[in-house]
Amino acid sequence: MLRFILRRLVAVTPVAIGVSIVCFLLVHLAPGDPLSAVLPVDASPETIEAMRTAYGYDKPLVVQYGLWLWHVLQGDLGTSIASGRPVTSEVGRAVVNSLILACVATLIGFTFGMVFGFVAGYFRNSILDRLASAVSVFGVSVPHYWLAMVLVIVFSAQLGWLPSTGAGPDGSGNWRPDLEHLRYIILPALTMSVIPMGVIARTIRALVGDILAQDFVGALRAKGLSEFGVFKHVVKNAAPTALAIMGLQLGYLLGGSILIETVFAWPGTGFLLNAAIFQRDLPLLQGAILVLAMFFVALNLIVDVVQTALDPRIERG
Amino acid sequence: MIDLVTRWAGTPRTGPARLGRRLLAATLLSGLMAPAALAQGVLKIGMTASDIPLTTGQADNGGEGMRFTGYTIYDGLINWDLSSADKPSGLVPGLATSWTVDPADNTKWTFKLRDGVTFQDGSAFTADSVVWNLDKLLKSDAPQFDPRQAAQGRSRIPAVGTYRVIDPHTVEIVTKVPDATLPYQIAWIMMSSPAQWEKLGKSWDAFAKTPSGTGPWKLTLFAPRERAEMVPNKAYWDKARVPKLDKLVLVPLPEANARVAALRSGQVDWIEAPPPDAVVSLKAAGFGIVTNSYPHNWTWHLSRVEGSPWNDIRVRKAANLAIDRDGMKEMLNGLMIPAQGFMPPGSAWFGHPSFKLGYDPEAAKKLLAEAGYGPKKPLVTKVLIAPSGSGQMQPLPMNELIQQNLADIGIKVEFKVAEWNTLTNIWRSGAKSDMSQKATAINYSYFIQDPFTGFIRHLQCNLTTPAGTNWGYYCDPEMDKLFGEVRTTFDPAAQAKVLEKIHEKFVDEALFLMVAHDTNPRAMSPKVKGFIQAQNWFQDFSPITMAK
Repeated sequence: MLRFILRRLVAVTPVAIGVSIVCFLLVHLAPGDPLSAVLPVDASPETIEAMRTAYGYDKPLVVQYGLWLWHVLQGDLGTSIASGRPVTSEVGRAVVNSLILACVATLIGFTFGMVFGFVAGYFRNSILDRLASAVSVFGVSVPHYWLAMVLVIVFSAQLGWLPSTGAGPDGSGNWRPDLEHLRYIILPALTMSVIPMGVIARTIRALVGDILAQDFVGALRAKGLSEFGVFKHVVKNAAPTALAIMGLQLGYLLGGSILIETVFAWPGTGFLLNAAIFQRDLPLLQGAILVLAMFFVALNLIVDVVQTALDPRIERG
Repeated sequence: MIDLVTRWAGTPRTGPARLGRRLLAATLLSGLMAPAALAQGVLKIGMTASDIPLTTGQADNGGEGMRFTGYTIYDGLINWDLSSADKPSGLVPGLATSWTVDPADNTKWTFKLRDGVTFQDGSAFTADSVVWNLDKLLKSDAPQFDPRQAAQGRSRIPAVGTYRVIDPHTVEIVTKVPDATLPYQIAWIMMSSPAQWEKLGKSWDAFAKTPSGTGPWKLTLFAPRERAEMVPNKAYWDKARVPKLDKLVLVPLPEANARVAALRSGQVDWIEAPPPDAVVSLKAAGFGIVTNSYPHNWTWHLSRVEGSPWNDIRVRKAANLAIDRDGMKEMLNGLMIPAQGFMPPGSAWFGHPSFKLGYDPEAAKKLLAEAGYGPKKPLVTKVLIAPSGSGQMQPLPMNELIQQNLADIGIKVEFKVAEWNTLTNIWRSGAKSDMSQKATAINYSYFIQDPFTGFIRHLQCNLTTPAGTNWGYYCDPEMDKLFGEVRTTFDPAAQAKVLEKIHEKFVDEALFLMVAHDTNPRAMSPKVKGFIQAQNWFQDFSPITMAK
């Protein structure tokens, strides 16, 4: 197992370097000057040049990349051009907020996805299957931003039951899982959960169908095992795939949804990325993308390891 | 009774039920306390900015930044008079009680400072504070030099040469050349507390969290990208402007629909720039839409380089007569003022131009025919536009309407669409640059609150790139002479007369395609009382109260 983890770690290194290069170069390919958004429109050429030098944009791209990577390796993602605050703290705060949202959304999505998936898989072609499948299809196909707006119109603007924006009555700084703060998370988490719910439900439905068709299930039933006992075997066989999908979905959600976080003004990574894009805040954009990409890489690694622990055949493969 | 009501309201229930009970309890309580009809209250504002603007003195985020974290926490030596909605704002004494120019040497200005003013940290405001603050922006080797504030403030005071303390209540500023527009420039510069900066370890980052100015509001909470809270500075030197509210809360909500949702759900009481599409429904739901004229314009800045069709005054006038501005206003649900000139109608500098901007396609066709264009020989040209941007209102539908109007008289316009920051760079680079792609006009909206931003920067001969932003390379010695007069006319009334002449020339020679002025719209709950929307980019939040 240890060898497997080490082998995966070695494989991750070139991916991480590649990610850093792509992160750095992608934002430089975008049109626009990063200093435009923060300087007054009629700032003098001297002021613009002084800012360019202060942020190192007067240096060749390769040098800029080298310096950036050197600082990143020391945990310093630079300073945001727009806010003047360290990118590390900006991204750190946003990641925590997105993590809270992602965990709640995953919890909702995974729970309902599993329930719908197993129900549909166990009762294939029944009315229950059709209902569960319809909900899953709705989940994967409904546009996020549309659902977000509908939920806001109904539950915030019309009924006034739930807040439409923000992470809490006094911001996210004092976030805690009490009722007042949970009221703020319900709408964004619900919106965010529909895609993982749909994906998980559809995958589990297919998987359960396949597992139930396998010989060993027939053998278990022939041996007189109770249906609940069979169900446990099915769950165990479906678990590695479900985990892998959940890991991937959590990864997607961790990246925050620009649309959802913007609609709900949830101060997570999506909201931060949106602001950084519009302000051409290159250090913030690079830092945020890098951290999110690395999260994804790390999450994949963890899922691989957990999958291997659950099903040792994967390591041998 | 009160205790019973509050205890009952506090019984834990499900969210909506509890909320309902609390609302009922609040209603009962308000009934019991009926005499206090106007609570001073908390005002929550949804800004269009995506972050809390810089709080150290010179705010970023343009006019909105100065509105919310500039003129609230700080004062300038000279302030804007924001007390009236009915007339254009003028300059009034701020931390300086008077400013005079030396008649023998028109570069020397003396500012007499207000006595007894203290910063919010309790330290005294003196002439040393003024010099310290100018060094903060202009002297790059000064310990307190702040590149971030310098980036915002330096370009606002191009006339300032040297400055010194004369005595604790007198400062002298010497301009590089005689420049009567200095008071307008100085009104941009906010005074931060040197003592607070020292106390916080000479750190502007720390200062941003606990700033200290002399302004009517004190910052008490700074949650980046989420929230800022301010309370009244009870010791504010202008007793008439001590805020009446208990608290002012600023929430960044850059997405327009999110702002509307926050207002409708009661999370904020006021939003900046509601989208025109939401105006009707907001009004129907009982929200107020507050608008007023202010120094903003939305134009096509015309290229005057060789070969540009706009070098012909007949073409410029024809285009100006072809625009259906009233139709555009209807399209924007009333959220625009049709242009009658470069300055908004009612501006102190409007003057009496003889060329009347109106919708007269026939007159426009005639002028165009005189210039040699017509149905058989249409004028074909390129115009740079952005799909969005600060102050750009609704650029796509507005430009499409103009395109159609111009097509009707024989001007065929091809749009070159660039993202807003790119368009700003093109604007800085001038009409002759490759970036401008041979376009003959650029759609840009302008802050036109003072003589420099209003007139001079657009058309002075020597302010083409890189020295300035005369994008179209316009150059007219007669106009330059008038600009020179503005700079050397130190009597405000006489200076206003010169500015009127300039504006008349702007309009009579149709130097821009003058289309619209924004109305500075904001939507607010009926609970917001006492707000007077000044004809200015900045506003005064001191008189506001919240009804229960």
